Amino acid sequence: MNLHEYQGKELFGKYNLPVSKGIVIDDPENALKACRDIGGSKWVVKAQVHAGGRGKSGGVVLVENPDDAREFAKKWLGKRLVTYQTDSNGQLVNSILIEECTDIASELYLSAVIDRASKKIVFIGSSEGGVNIEEVAKNTPDKIIYESIDPLTGAQPFQARKIAKVLGLDSQQTKQFTPMLLNLMKLFVEKDLALLEINPLVITSGGKLHCLDAKINIDSNAIYRQPEIEEMHDSSQEDPRESEAAKNDLSYVSLDGNIGCMVNGAGLAMGTMDTIKFYGGNPANFLDVGGTATQERVAKAFKLILADPEVKVVLVNIFGGIVRCDLIAEGILAAIEEVGVEIPVVVRLEGNNAEIGSQILLESGVKIESKNDLAEAAKKAVELSK
Amino acid sequence: MSILINNDTRVLVQGFTGSQATLHSEQAIEYGTNIVGGVTPGKGGQIHLDRPVFDTVKEAVEKVNPNAALIFVPAPFCKDSILEAAESGIKLIICITEGVPTLDMLVVKKRVDELGITLIGPNCPGIITPGKGKMGIMPASIHMPGSIGIISRSGTLTYEAVKQTTDLGLGQSSCVGIGGDPIPGSSFIDILKMFEDDSQTEAIVMVGEIGGSAEEEAGEYIKNNVTKPVISYIAGQTAPAGKRMGHAGAIIAGGKGTASDKIKSLKDSGVHIAENLVDIGSKVAEVLGR
Repeated sequence: MNLHEYQGKELFGKYNLPVSKGIVIDDPENALKACRDIGGSKWVVKAQVHAGGRGKSGGVVLVENPDDAREFAKKWLGKRLVTYQTDSNGQLVNSILIEECTDIASELYLSAVIDRASKKIVFIGSSEGGVNIEEVAKNTPDKIIYESIDPLTGAQPFQARKIAKVLGLDSQQTKQFTPMLLNLMKLFVEKDLALLEINPLVITSGGKLHCLDAKINIDSNAIYRQPEIEEMHDSSQEDPRESEAAKNDLSYVSLDGNIGCMVNGAGLAMGTMDTIKFYGGNPANFLDVGGTATQERVAKAFKLILADPEVKVVLVNIFGGIVRCDLIAEGILAAIEEVGVEIPVVVRLEGNNAEIGSQILLESGVKIESKNDLAEAAKKAVELSK
Repeated sequence: MSILINNDTRVLVQGFTGSQATLHSEQAIEYGTNIVGGVTPGKGGQIHLDRPVFDTVKEAVEKVNPNAALIFVPAPFCKDSILEAAESGIKLIICITEGVPTLDMLVVKKRVDELGITLIGPNCPGIITPGKGKMGIMPASIHMPGSIGIISRSGTLTYEAVKQTTDLGLGQSSCVGIGGDPIPGSSFIDILKMFEDDSQTEAIVMVGEIGGSAEEEAGEYIKNNVTKPVISYIAGQTAPAGKRMGHAGAIIAGGKGTASDKIKSLKDSGVHIAENLVDIGSKVAEVLGR
C-alpha cells in the first residue's frame, strides 16, 4: 500500500526527521490561508499522487504569490496527472500539498528497501540526488552505497557514518545524519514498510539536511497490525475495478485485449495469459480467483470480467487441486445463470474429478466449450475472440 | 531416494485443529504420510484425527518425536510458530500459510539459517514425494512416482507441471513449492542442490515467474553446479509493467526481474526453456530423449 507524500512526511515528523512546514488542501479556496499560515514569500505546491516524476509533468511548481497557489490547485484538483511512472490514464489528484520553500545547496538520494537477494533491509545512498538516480546507479556505481541492515541487530551508528561518507557530508552534517538514519530504520520496522525513498534529501543553504520528498510503501501483508496506516489508504489512486476486486479477495488487473480470463492461482493466471498470446490472442485481464473457486467467487469474477465491454469470450482455467472439479462445474453453471453471461465461455477443468466436471458442463445445455487440455482451450478462446 | 520427505518422515502439524489443517492432514494421512500429532495452544490433551494434540512443540517433541513440522496457523502467528518449531530442534519446517509480513520473514529466515534448518514457504503448496508422503495442499491424484524433480514458486503452476510429467509417464521424484513471497525460506538453489544429489532424480523442472532475481541466481548456480538437465518455464511473459513508485525498486533490481531477462539468463546457463506453459512435459521428454 502506497502513501501520499504528505502522509509520509507526517510520519517523518513523528520520527523527528526534518521536513518542511506544509498544509494539505483539497479546495483551491483554502490556498491563500494555507500560504499565509505557512508564512514566507515563496511556496512549493505539489500535486499528491501515488507516483514519482511529478516535477517533470508540471505537478510540482514554485510560486511567489498565494494567488498562483490557488490557480495551481484549481488547475489540478480533480484532474489526472500522467508521469513517466504512471500508466497512460495517470493518477487522480485530490489533494495538494503547499510547503514553505527550501533554499537548496545540493541534492542527495537516500532510500531503503527490502532486498530479496540479501534478505535484508538495504539503505541506498548517493551524493547524486534527483530524477536521474537510476542512470547514476547504472553508469557510476561507485557513487552509490548499499548498506545492509542485519534484521536481528538493527541499524548501527557506524553504518550511518559509512553512508554519510558516500553522501559527502561534513562532520556537522554527519552528526545530524546519524540519528536520522536510525530513526528511518525505526520507522521502517515499526510501520512495516516495504520501501522508503527520500529523493531528494537536500542540504540547505544553511548547511542542514532536509527531507524534500517522502515516498513510502507499506507491506500489504502487515496492514492488519498497522491500523493508523490503514486509515491513510486512498482508494482513488487505484483502478476502480481492481479495488472492487480486492474487496472480494480477487486479484484483478485490467489489460487491453478481448479474452477475459478467470484462473485459480497467480502463477497459472499469468501462464494462461502467456498461452493466449502464444496462440495469437490478447488477454483482457489478469484474474486470480484464489485457491478455492466457490460459486460466489466465480460469480463475482464473471461480473468483473463482463464489466469490460471489450471482452468477447471468457476463458476459465481452473486446476482443481483439493477442490473437486464437479463442484466447480456446478459453481460455474450457477454463476453463469446468476450473472446472465451472453458471450461464449470456454472452460478448462483439471485436477480432482475433472472428467465428471466436464460431463456436468456438457450436459447442462448452457453454451460452454469444455476442454480438459489447456492448449485446446486457449486455441478455442483465441478463435472465438477473432 | 527422494528429497525432503520419505517413509521416515514423522510429521507434526502446527495449528492442527483448524479447518484447513484438518482437511489437509486427513488427506495426507490417507496418502500414507506419517502424521504423529499436532500442536494447538490451549487444546493440549485432546485427540484429533486419532492423534494427540499438544500445547507446545516442546511437549510434542518429547512425546512423539517428530522430525518435520507442517504449519497451517494464521499469518499473524507464523513467525512464532516457525521459531517455536526451529528452537525445538525440528530440522524441516513447511509453512503453507499466505500473507506473512515480510519483516517477520527477515527475522525468521536469519534465525533458521543460523540453526541449520530447512524452511519451505510460507505461501506455498508444500512438498510431496509421490507414493511416500506429502506435507501440503496439493492434490495427490495427479502425481506419480518417477524421475523428475519439480521446483516452483507458484501452486497451481506446480500442479500443471506435475500433471504434464505424469501424463507422459515420466512421474516425479519429489515436488517442492517454495512459495511466491519476497523472502522464501528456501530458494531454487537450495532445492536444486538436493535434486542434484538425489539418485532418483534424472531431470529437474524449475517453474519461475516474473519479479525478483531468484531465477537469474538459480541460472548462475546451475551453470557451475548442476549436471542434470534443467527445464524451465517462466510465467508472466506478457504481464504489463506495473505502476511505479520511486526509483529504489529499479535500482535494487539492477535490470533483472522481467520474463525475458530471466529466460535469457537461464538459456545462457544451459537451461532448456519451455516457451509455452503447455509444453513443459513434452520439453522434458524431448531433453531426456523419450
